[in-house]
Amino acid sequence: MDWSSFLPLLPEIVFTLMGLLVMTLELLIRRKETIAILTIVSIGVTAYFIPQSLGRAFNGMFVSDTFSVFFKYIFFLNLLLTVLISLKYLRIERSEFGEYYSLLIFSTLGMMIMASAGDLIVLYLGLELMALSTYVLAGFVRHSVRSNEAALKYFLLGAFSSGIVLFGISLIYALTGTTLIQELPHRLTQAEPVASVVALVFLVASFGFKVALVPFHVWTPDVYEGAPTSVTSFMSVGPKAAGFAALARVFIVGLTPLAAHWQWILAILAVATMAVGNILAIQQVNIKRMLAYSSIAHAGYAVLGLVAFSPNGLSSMLNYLLIYAFMNIGAFSVVIMMRSEGVTGESLEEYKGLARRYPFVSALMLLFMFSLTGIPPTAGFIGKFFIFKALVERGLVWLAVVAVIFSVISAYFYLRVVMYMYMYEPEMEIEGLSLSPALGLAVLIAAIGVIVIGVYPEPVLTVAANAGLYLP
Amino acid sequence: MEVGYPVLSVIIFVPIVGGALMTLIPRYMEGLLKVVALVITLATFVLSLPLFTHFDKSTHMMQFVERKEWISQFGIQYYVGVDGISVLLILLSAITGILCVLISWNAIREKVKEFYIAILLIEGAMIGVFASLDFFLFYIFWEAMLIPMYLIIGVWGGPRRVYAAIKFFLYTLIGSVLMLVGIIVLYKKAGTFNVLQMHDLHLPYRVQMWLFWAFLAAFAVKVPMWPVHTWLPDAHTEAPTAGSVILAAILIKMGAYGFLRFMLPILPDATKDMIPLLMGLSVVAIIYGAVVCLAQTDLKRLIAYSSVSHMGFVTLGIFALNQQGLEGGILQMINHGIVTGALFLCVGIVYERTHSRQIADYGGLASVMPVYAGFFMLFTLASIGLPGLNGFIGEFLILLGAFKAKTLAAVLAATGIIIGAAYMLWLYQRVFFNEVNEKIRNLEPMEFKEAITLLILAIFVLWIGVYPNTFLSFMHPSVSHLLEQIQRATPEAAVAVNMTTEPQGIIGLLGSSGGL
Repeated sequence: MDWSSFLPLLPEIVFTLMGLLVMTLELLIRRKETIAILTIVSIGVTAYFIPQSLGRAFNGMFVSDTFSVFFKYIFFLNLLLTVLISLKYLRIERSEFGEYYSLLIFSTLGMMIMASAGDLIVLYLGLELMALSTYVLAGFVRHSVRSNEAALKYFLLGAFSSGIVLFGISLIYALTGTTLIQELPHRLTQAEPVASVVALVFLVASFGFKVALVPFHVWTPDVYEGAPTSVTSFMSVGPKAAGFAALARVFIVGLTPLAAHWQWILAILAVATMAVGNILAIQQVNIKRMLAYSSIAHAGYAVLGLVAFSPNGLSSMLNYLLIYAFMNIGAFSVVIMMRSEGVTGESLEEYKGLARRYPFVSALMLLFMFSLTGIPPTAGFIGKFFIFKALVERGLVWLAVVAVIFSVISAYFYLRVVMYMYMYEPEMEIEGLSLSPALGLAVLIAAIGVIVIGVYPEPVLTVAANAGLYLP
Repeated sequence: MEVGYPVLSVIIFVPIVGGALMTLIPRYMEGLLKVVALVITLATFVLSLPLFTHFDKSTHMMQFVERKEWISQFGIQYYVGVDGISVLLILLSAITGILCVLISWNAIREKVKEFYIAILLIEGAMIGVFASLDFFLFYIFWEAMLIPMYLIIGVWGGPRRVYAAIKFFLYTLIGSVLMLVGIIVLYKKAGTFNVLQMHDLHLPYRVQMWLFWAFLAAFAVKVPMWPVHTWLPDAHTEAPTAGSVILAAILIKMGAYGFLRFMLPILPDATKDMIPLLMGLSVVAIIYGAVVCLAQTDLKRLIAYSSVSHMGFVTLGIFALNQQGLEGGILQMINHGIVTGALFLCVGIVYERTHSRQIADYGGLASVMPVYAGFFMLFTLASIGLPGLNGFIGEFLILLGAFKAKTLAAVLAATGIIIGAAYMLWLYQRVFFNEVNEKIRNLEPMEFKEAITLLILAIFVLWIGVYPNTFLSFMHPSVSHLLEQIQRATPEAAVAVNMTTEPQGIIGLLGSSGGL
């Protein structure tokens, strides 16, 4: 047995051990802060092994490349920020259970496996590990009916989509005799074309469910609204990014012969996603629900990077997802600050006049809202710009035009939050914000990310370009 | 003639960094906040003076150029510089910044800190727009400016401010994003974001036509040209005085500047073919804006619509595509900035006292505030275009250029001047003469600070009116070069272009016409 073939798996192995350690220790340690810190330590330890892990294991069933490494950093960023925003929030929700952190870790582990999967079955394993942990997290506030409902909905629809993805995989296997993604292209060229398109449709549907592309998005608003806000924040970035990782690797590496088909399918889904996400967000009065629709819309932009089907397109998508992680978690952190004893902090009405009492928090929320709209000099603009650039380079100018028009529409509802904070007088007495050092740190990390990537995007773009170049 | 510091970067970033640092001052120290803001704007202005004194008027080349790699893998650079077209606009921006701080001294009482930060950010972004020679950089400044402007209208504005702010934001954003796609298409064709290299790009006609529409969407909304002007009256009316001044003096100039810097040199063939449309829209704007002014009962709204009319003159001059028209257009941009900015300041001064913008609430103001009435008269006459004041020079040159290019357009535009005189004088009569309205009998006289702001602008009104060559001389080489670029594109299509190889000719013309 050659142990070096385990090297690409090293981060996952370390992270699994750390996850188990966290799970065991939470039985012994009462102070949940310690568990949270331990989680952050395990992120740090694992992150140390990630750069050294580049390579392929088990005949390419597990691949650690610049592409997967980029995603793993997004997942860790997501996990880190989620842990920081969860501490105080869980206490307010009276759901301080240590399992929370190990569930987060195992969910993230599932995402890492998805990003590195070189085989459809490995991909499925990662997907299930991620999904099962997330189902539990969505229902984590046990005494809340909304949370239970969200978990059940997510579970039922998620189980359904798992069935579909398995069916798609089995069709692919029937056609090609392999589940190894890199083997698919040359075997698919000899496969029955109609059947391969059917398999493709199944895969689009199931991955579309994970990243919430219209029309597979219907679960999103309910689940995002009902789940604990910290989990919503986690779900809106992590599983979505993992879904994109899988989508990118399977479609660009594996289903290359079908590119003409899936480019069209994804283009149409992207337009539908941007349309539904942006237009339905306009009428929302609950900010979590609004952010749910907004996250649907952002999936529409990100998928455009795949539609471009070029190295630039792929790296623009990676870049977009990283930026999206910063700005979206930033926005959710502010929503979490608004949640305190007796105040849900979810109704837009409660944001009225916030700038008067909390100018600094309002200014940060303003930053995140403008970034989500895509106005320079915030990172959101950089993300969108390079997506549009990738589209135009491939001659898809019409898609770029559609996308920019929808981002104008999105300005309306993002700016409404700004409007409520700055341009209205407070109608009700705003209770104190639930501030804590950890929460403050999370918001600051997000804000600094949004500004620094907005003004000096070169380093991130370079890394994303390397990650995107890897795939053909 | 070397200046010891990178002038453009300094004046772009002194306000921006200054504004960012102002966040550190506690919000209850309002006095300090105001003083710091004033010092920053004054410093910016003083630091911008080398642009005026060290500018080489003999060349069309970019000056004060700074070039740094920014996002090297995509060839995006931090690339700034000025020529005769942009230099005056930058100076105007620097002056406007000071005026905005002064005029808001007492008018802004809420969220003082945020207000001055917004003003400073907007000033830096404005200068950045006029100085950028990299299309990506330009777009960043162009869009970034929307954020503080949206807040200035929406937070410190009048009763319908929220509606006006979102309308302003969405109108300008939809135009801008279409231009963004155009910029990316240009990048694909040119392989660079460098604007000067794009000038030498001889694009196929079809591509030019598509890009023309994309750019027109952005610039026409900003100018604003008829029929996409409807955001302007709302924004102007609801914005606080400083916001109206920025809008009038600088923000709407960005659209006209876009035509000069990007549309004409990069897309000469398409633009030339669309000249009838563009001149037609300009004439419609001139006459429509003027006629609508006659029906206004709100002071600010009236001046806002007069902006539509005056910006019609600017675009008319630009699209005449000859030396007189272009120089007149650029000068009129400055003139309009000064005069309309001044008129908004004037309205702001009385609004602070009466909290009414209704013309009917005034009357006989001349006997209550005589000095104020004098200033207002000066700016009214300048707005009408009285010889000896700045408005005359600009409009004269524009009409001269337009007459050469399309006689009918000039004739129709001239009627706009007549209606302009009618609405402005009628406004003056209703506000300043007649019986003294009871509501305004006890108004306080002008403060020193207010008088100073108006005086600064009055000096420019007279200076440009009497000796425009100070300012026109900046433009000659750049405008000639711009015309060359347009002509060179397709020499046979140069029918509408009447080149004046000798810039002195205009001055000669002016000397003989107005008895200046």
